[in-house]
Amino acid sequence: MANEHPHRVAAAHGHPPPNVKLYIAIFGALIFLTILTVVVSWWHLPPAGAIAVALLIASFKASLVLAFFMHLKGEHKLIIAFLGIMLFTCIGFFLIPLDQHLLRDRTTHTEVKEEGGAPELPQAEPAKPQEAK
Amino acid sequence: MSSPSDIAAWQEPALTSSGVPNAKLGIWLFLASEVMLFSTLFTSYVVLRLGAASWPRGWVALNVPLAMVNTIVLITSSVTMVLAYAKVIEKDLSGFRKYMMATIGLAFLFLIFKSFEYGSHFTHHEYPSTSIFHAVYFTMTGLHCIHVIGGIIVNTGLLFMANEQFDHPLFAGRVEGAGLYWHFVDIVWIFLFPCIYLI
Repeated sequence: MANEHPHRVAAAHGHPPPNVKLYIAIFGALIFLTILTVVVSWWHLPPAGAIAVALLIASFKASLVLAFFMHLKGEHKLIIAFLGIMLFTCIGFFLIPLDQHLLRDRTTHTEVKEEGGAPELPQAEPAKPQEAK
Repeated sequence: MSSPSDIAAWQEPALTSSGVPNAKLGIWLFLASEVMLFSTLFTSYVVLRLGAASWPRGWVALNVPLAMVNTIVLITSSVTMVLAYAKVIEKDLSGFRKYMMATIGLAFLFLIFKSFEYGSHFTHHEYPSTSIFHAVYFTMTGLHCIHVIGGIIVNTGLLFMANEQFDHPLFAGRVEGAGLYWHFVDIVWIFLFPCIYLI
């Protein structure tokens, strides 16, 4: 049917018509990045660097899937807003434990600095000798 | 057979107060709740890992090559899923069947590889109760596997539904919703793979 042209049908669902060549190119990029993630893990980077690189590559891969396979690129603003709130909440979830961890370290450090050493344990008062009646 | 009003609905964007088709909005809200679920698990992983005296490297404790193959399998299934949706848009039933069957087949392949991995752990007497690392590993990958099984059920349902409802005005939206869910399952694995296996 002429009225059911793929471009019109795709437009009815709120995103551009399918682009098979683009999907194959994204597929190639995802495979390349997967292999890159594994190769980087062989380098035995320091923990902080390894985590940063691995999460950076994973985030880039996820953004490719979101933008092109899930058609988020050019999606309605309402859905983008939902995802923004979701992302904000997720970052909050991650910051809560990290904040607790950093706060604990800072508190311990401050106590040691102020006391000039390990905090002393409270000592029990010496027992008063009982007077003989 | 679609009525003229159905065809009109098929051609024009669904008019809702939000401006987004209700089913699509519902799927995105569902995915948002799923992100919350997995992000709490990832947060628990961070807390447990930061508090642990030692944490085994994935290369030592897990089968990284098999997990990498599984990552490629899942990414490939994401591509076949989006191609299945493209075939729905092009009104190509046989093409839709081909790509949807490929998606389901790849999902089964993922589970088969995963069962080999789990089987190897059980053979070595490694269970969720063995250590905190194993508890985190089995919980996160196990929950992901449950989501893969859910995707297989939905996609198989759509494959059978296509026999009679391929021309239904709502069918493309259903495939789009299933595709969004399947890509989400792929994204979860994209983060699980480096966090559990590589870092």
